[in-house]
Amino acid sequence: MKKISISANRRSFLRGAITAAPAAALALAAVPAMRGQAQGAAPYKPSFFSQEEFTLLSAMADTLIPADETGPGAIEAGVPEFIDAQMNTPYGRGQLWYMQGPFDRDAPAVFGYQLPYPPADLYRKSLAGFSAAIRQQYGKDFPALAQAQRIEAITDLEKGSLKMGEIPAAAFFTQLLQNVREGYFCDPADGGNKGMLSWKMIGFPGARADYFDWVEQYGKKYPLPPVSRG
Amino acid sequence: MAQKKMKPVDVAIVGFGWTGAIMAKEMTEAGLSVVALERGVYRDTYPDGAYPKTIDELDYQQRFKLFQNIAKSSFTFRRKMADTAIPYRQIAMFKPGEGVGGAGLHWSGCHWRILPEELRMRSHYEERYGKKFIPQDMTLQDWGVSYEELEPFFDFGEKMMGTSGTAYRVGGKVINDRGNPFEADRSDAFPLPAQKEQYQSALFRKAAEEAGFHPFALPSANASAPYVNQYGCQMGPCTFCGFCSGYACYNYSKASPNVNILPALRLTRLFELRTECNVLRIELDDSKKKATGVTYIDGRGDTVFQPAGIVIASTFAYNNARLFLLSGIGKPYDPVSGSGVVGRNVAFQMMATVNAFFEPGKNINGFIGAGGNGVAIDDFNGDHFDHGPLGFVGGSPIWSNPAGSKPISGIAVPPGTPKWGRQWKSAVRDSYLNTMSFDAHGANMVYRDVYVDLDPTYKDAFGQPLLRFTFDWKDNDIRMSRYVTEQATKIARNLNPKAINVTVKQIGDAPDLRSYQTTHWAGGVAMGMDPGTSVLNRYLQSWDVHNVFAVGSGVFAQGIGYNPTGAAVALAYWSARAIRENYLKDPRPLVDA
Repeated sequence: MKKISISANRRSFLRGAITAAPAAALALAAVPAMRGQAQGAAPYKPSFFSQEEFTLLSAMADTLIPADETGPGAIEAGVPEFIDAQMNTPYGRGQLWYMQGPFDRDAPAVFGYQLPYPPADLYRKSLAGFSAAIRQQYGKDFPALAQAQRIEAITDLEKGSLKMGEIPAAAFFTQLLQNVREGYFCDPADGGNKGMLSWKMIGFPGARADYFDWVEQYGKKYPLPPVSRG
Repeated sequence: MAQKKMKPVDVAIVGFGWTGAIMAKEMTEAGLSVVALERGVYRDTYPDGAYPKTIDELDYQQRFKLFQNIAKSSFTFRRKMADTAIPYRQIAMFKPGEGVGGAGLHWSGCHWRILPEELRMRSHYEERYGKKFIPQDMTLQDWGVSYEELEPFFDFGEKMMGTSGTAYRVGGKVINDRGNPFEADRSDAFPLPAQKEQYQSALFRKAAEEAGFHPFALPSANASAPYVNQYGCQMGPCTFCGFCSGYACYNYSKASPNVNILPALRLTRLFELRTECNVLRIELDDSKKKATGVTYIDGRGDTVFQPAGIVIASTFAYNNARLFLLSGIGKPYDPVSGSGVVGRNVAFQMMATVNAFFEPGKNINGFIGAGGNGVAIDDFNGDHFDHGPLGFVGGSPIWSNPAGSKPISGIAVPPGTPKWGRQWKSAVRDSYLNTMSFDAHGANMVYRDVYVDLDPTYKDAFGQPLLRFTFDWKDNDIRMSRYVTEQATKIARNLNPKAINVTVKQIGDAPDLRSYQTTHWAGGVAMGMDPGTSVLNRYLQSWDVHNVFAVGSGVFAQGIGYNPTGAAVALAYWSARAIRENYLKDPRPLVDA
C-alpha cells in the first residue's frame, strides 16, 4: 500500500483547525497523523461558519479531495476558507438565484434546486443535519471517523441515502461538491487554489491567455508555469 | 414613483444586443432619431473585458457576471400542458444575457449562415419525402424568405463581424475545396481567412476525412488578422486565450455589438442608448393597430413613457414573445385549438457530446482555444443525407470546437470515474491536457404542444409574469441526435483513444435544467406567409400592429442546426432594408393579410 504523504502546509492547517476547535470538535485530535504536532501558523478564523461548522466542512472537503501523491488536497488549496468567504458574497446570500416562492420541494430532480434557502442557509442547516446524522450512525463526529468511514458517509450523502433532517442529502452534496471544486480550481485571487497547486497538477496555465504562438505546436508540453490574474 | 413622458423619437428599440444594435445603425443611417432601451447595465471591452480581471472562470462562468440576474427575472418550465411549471432558479441549462451587447458580448463567435432548405423546411421535406413524412404534431412551416433574398445580408453581416472562414463556392464556382461543400452559394468569400487550427481540430479533420466525411473550418467571428469593418470599427487578431464564451474579449478579437457597431453609432447625435431601462410593454392606440411608444421603468424606479413612431423589439429570443404577450400584440397561441400565434413554434437545440481520452503526454492542450474556432462536418446537417430510410426530420453539424477548457467546469473524465476522491483526482490530472471533445449541436423541431405563455404564479421584480415554457424532448429529435452522434463516435474511434464517453439523450429523457445544453432558443414570434401561423410577416413586421417590428432568433419559424446568430443578424438587415426602402415612404402593412 502506498503511503499517503501529508505536506507541511496541510499539517499546519489541520493543526490550526484543531487548536481553535471547541470541545465538540476536539475528537479530531484522535486521528493519529495529527496528534502531538508542534504549534504552527495562526489558525484561520472563519467569518461565516462557526468553528465547529468549519472543522466539519474542512473534514468533508478533505475527504472529497484528499492530499495524496497525485497532488494537493482541498485543505492545502484553501477550499474551506474559500467556501467560508463565498457565504458573505451576493452568491452566498442567494442574490444570484431566483428565490420567489412558492417552492415545490417535490419537483423532479431535473428541475434543479428548489429549496427556499440561499447557499449560506443551506450550509448552516445541512452541516447541522449531517453532523447529527453521523453522530447517530457512527457514535462519533465526522472529523473523528477513520478515512474509510468518512468515505462511506460521503458516499451515502452523494447517493442521497443519508437521512439528515430537513435538507435532502443529494441537494447538499451537489452544492458542497460544486463549491469544493470551485475553491480547488479557481484563481487564487478568488480565495482558493493557494499557490496555484491544483493548476500545476493538471497543467493549466491560468491567466496567461495568449497562445497565438502555441496553437499549432501540436503535442508539445506548454513550458510556462501558471499565473494568477491577481 | 414618478410618471415621466419623454420627448418623442422616430424609433424606440427594446434591447441592445446584436439585432438591436444593427437596427439602431440602420435606422440612424436612414436619418431617424433612435432611442435604444437596454434593461441591463452599460458594458464595454474596457473596463468590463479588461485583462487580466476578465480571465476569471469563477466570476464569469460560475457566478455569471455578464449574464442575466435571474434573481430579478427568470422563467418557469413544465413538460406537459397539464403540469404546474417550476421556476428555473439557477442558471445552468441555458445562459440568458443582459447588459449592453446582450448575448453578443459573451457569445463564442460561431458565425453560421442558414441552410436554404431550413428556410422552407415543410415544402422541402414534402417535396423530397412526401407529405406523410412530417409527423402530424410537428408544426414545421416555411419562413417566407428565401436564401437568395437573404444572401446579401449574410455577406454584409460577415463583413461587419470580420468573420474568419474558408469559402467553398463563390458565384457558382468552387474556389477552395477545403471549404464546406454543402454550403450554399455565396456572393463573396469570408472577409478574413480561417483561424489557425488547434491540435484537436487537426485530429478531428484527419479522422473525419478518413471516415469519408468533408471537414472544413468553422466560420468564426473571432478575427484571424487585424481588421476594420465597413463601419470603421477595428478588431485585433485572436490570441486563443481560451476565455471566450461567457467573457467579454479583452483583445477586441471577438465580434460584438460593443466592438463592431457601437463605436460607429456613437458618432451620430441621432442615437441615444439608455441603460437599466426595463421595458414593461409596447403601448398601443385605441385602434390596437398602431403602437404609440413604450413604457419602461428606469434605474431609479420611475415609470417612463417613451413616445415613438416605430417600435422594434430586439430582446433575446423568447423575450420578444413575452413582450408581445404583455403588450397585447397578436393573438396568444392556444395549443388545444391550435389557434393563435404568439408563443407558438418555440424550439431549442439537441446537444450531444463525444469525449475521447488519450494517455498522458498527448498534450492536446485544451486550454488553448477560441470561441468560434474549430473544424466541422456538415454531412449530417439539414437534408444533406437521405432521411428517407432513417425516419426522422432534421440534422446536425458535428464539430470539434476547442473554445478553451477551464478547470472548474472543463475537465471531462473517462466513463466510470467517481466524482470525487483520489481516483477522481488522478483522472482529472491525467485527462485535462489529453482529452478532446466533439459536439453534435443539432436542430430541434417545433411541435403543437411546445410553446411559451405567461406563468400564472411567478413574477419578476417588476411584478410582471415570468415566461412559462411548456417544453419536452420529442422522439424524432432524439432519434436524429442519436444517429448523428453515432457518426461522431466513428470519428472518435478512428483516433484510437484509450476511452470514449458519449453523452446523448435516450428516448423519454426529460429536459434537464441542471446541465448546460446551449442558449440557442428560437421562435415564439415566428415569421411567415400566413397570419394564422405566424406573428410577423416576411419583413418581420407584426401582422397586427404595422409600426412594430421584431428581430432576433425569436422570429425563426423553427430551430436550426447551426448556431442562430448569423441568421438573426441577416434577418435584421433584411427587415431594416424593408423599413428603409419601403415602409418609411408609406407606413402600412408591407404584406396584405
